[in-house]
Amino acid sequence: MKIASTFALILGALLVVAAPRVAQADADCLGCHGDKSMQDAAGHSIGVDGDIFHASLHGSMKCGDCHTTIKDYPHPDQVTPVKCESCHTGEAEGLVGSVHANRAEHPCISCHGDAHTIFPKSDPRSAVYPLNVPHTCGNCHGNDALAKKHGLPNVYPMYLDSIHGFALSKEGLLVAANCQNCHGSHHILSHKDPQSPTYKTNIPKTCGQCHAGITANYLGGVHGKAIASGNLNAPVCSDCHTAHAILQPTEATFRMQSTPICGSCHKDKLSTYRDTFHSQLGSLGGYVETARCWDCHGAHDVLPASDPRSPIAPANLVATCGKCHAGANASFVQYQPHANAHNRKLNPALFFIRLFMNLLLAGVLTFFMIHTILWLIRSRYQQVKTRSAKGGKNG
Amino acid sequence: MADFEQTEVSNAQSHAGERYFVRFTRAQRYMHAVLFTTFLGLAATGLPMRFSESFWARRFASGVGGFGSIIFFHKFFAVVLTVAFLIHVKEVFTRGLLHREKGIFWGNTSMVANWKDVKDLFGHMRWFLGLGPKPQFERYAYWEKFDYWAVFWGMIVIGFSGYAMWFAPFFAHFLPGWALNAVLVIHSEEGLLAILFIFSIHFVNTHLRPDSFPMDMVIFTGVESEEEFKTKRPEEYQRVAAQGKLESRLGVKPPIWLLNFSKVVGFTAIFIGLLLLVLTLSAYFGG
Repeated sequence: MKIASTFALILGALLVVAAPRVAQADADCLGCHGDKSMQDAAGHSIGVDGDIFHASLHGSMKCGDCHTTIKDYPHPDQVTPVKCESCHTGEAEGLVGSVHANRAEHPCISCHGDAHTIFPKSDPRSAVYPLNVPHTCGNCHGNDALAKKHGLPNVYPMYLDSIHGFALSKEGLLVAANCQNCHGSHHILSHKDPQSPTYKTNIPKTCGQCHAGITANYLGGVHGKAIASGNLNAPVCSDCHTAHAILQPTEATFRMQSTPICGSCHKDKLSTYRDTFHSQLGSLGGYVETARCWDCHGAHDVLPASDPRSPIAPANLVATCGKCHAGANASFVQYQPHANAHNRKLNPALFFIRLFMNLLLAGVLTFFMIHTILWLIRSRYQQVKTRSAKGGKNG
Repeated sequence: MADFEQTEVSNAQSHAGERYFVRFTRAQRYMHAVLFTTFLGLAATGLPMRFSESFWARRFASGVGGFGSIIFFHKFFAVVLTVAFLIHVKEVFTRGLLHREKGIFWGNTSMVANWKDVKDLFGHMRWFLGLGPKPQFERYAYWEKFDYWAVFWGMIVIGFSGYAMWFAPFFAHFLPGWALNAVLVIHSEEGLLAILFIFSIHFVNTHLRPDSFPMDMVIFTGVESEEEFKTKRPEEYQRVAAQGKLESRLGVKPPIWLLNFSKVVGFTAIFIGLLLLVLTLSAYFGG
């Protein structure tokens, strides 16, 4: 018994001497701040869970390493804020010039969470773990009032309902694009900044980080070439797929919303398409599909009809139309999916047929309308006259 | 209108003693029922396609299960109407050519227009303006013949253009490519004409005008009263009477249940028709 207690005493003394003042300091600080419910005068939590802290990325550090202005106990009520950039210089440089550059508005902890519970980004407990990123960003970017204040769309709910959001939240796919994959992390720039990965001309490359095959197709098509040559009117990925509310392209909703997107530039083509059965039936929505723009023109590698690789090149039409119309032949593909019945020069036969039908319709209806109205008046007159002659009730 | 006064008097005196004459056979009434049912169905499913951008088209379409279901019902009604049309054509030719029945292709009881119809048309219009006496109509008046041929021609044109779209790759074997564009224009314009004509002109001419208001029941019951016969088709009445064949045309007064049933069906049809007319006009002029 005596031996044991002596041994313990020596061991304790050894610990005090050899071991670190750190632990000692932590213990001192945690003596007060270990109370997790501790709050400062303003009501902010200033309690620290020692166990979590010691398991965290910063667990080997002592309090004074970050809280450099606190030397003694008791310390003043007001303490200077911790400067993360004293260690994290690269990240701090990245923030300079970014949309989150204002440190007062966007302190590190607004994304990374409480500095005492920081985990590596590969750790599911981390606020910047891929599956947690949307929620972390959504703390601000899912807030209507904040979005309105900064003139930004409220993107978090859009993202959650998108194909990326589903992959991430429902399937837990680590490779599903989260905010950071497209926008970057510290050096986030406005999409108006030519350096930004979300700047129009950079978008194909940004999406191409994952969608390499599609991007290669796109860059070979007319839209990709136009963008590469500096024509900012040409569409990039996000113009058709949207940025945040990206849908599964085979989904009816996407098929319904995309035709007008093509038509926002190709106005004449949209209006002639609207006159066709493809559009009339397609506009009604439902489970069966009629041809939309990209069903014939291709989606990413859109090529002019003069290009032999184009699905609408004359030699390919039988195959292209045949995708839906089994048995399509050379005569069948002479059908004009963008015929304009109002254009006498381009479609004379159609023009005169429409004119004839319209005249027939107007002629028949006009004649019978007059005929019927006169008849009604005369019949009623006759009826009233007959009855009044008899002294009837309608007299 | 001495006749008219007599009608009123006889109506007041004895309703039970009135005689009824057959105008339409049972088969003809069924044909009309099939015709207006399929026509309403075709109009109700065709209009959302024609005016697919209108506010009601998508709602109606999604209400019945999207355009897959719209086009299914459209084709279904089209096939039924086609069968009815073929039965009618077969009937006409059987009676006219095989049985050598007189009056099918020409004469007083034929649907084929004749010189009297031209005279009646102008005479009727003179009467509208108070410039002459009311024409004495035969079995089928000129506007009834027009209705018949409009539907006949309409079914051929709309039917042919419809089937050309339905089986476009097949029709492309003997139609040029531009014809596939043309058939939609023809189908939709002719369909629109049929809808506008039936739901406004036919409804008023046949059912809603003061002489028949609110509905001419003869197409449902097959019979009309002697007074109606006399006033609406005096020339036919006199001809049949002169031939001494009035007795052979005698029918039975329609039972009350048939009248009520016919009214329900008829008014439902007219209501649907007028509703579709309003929707069509709103889409046509509303853009």
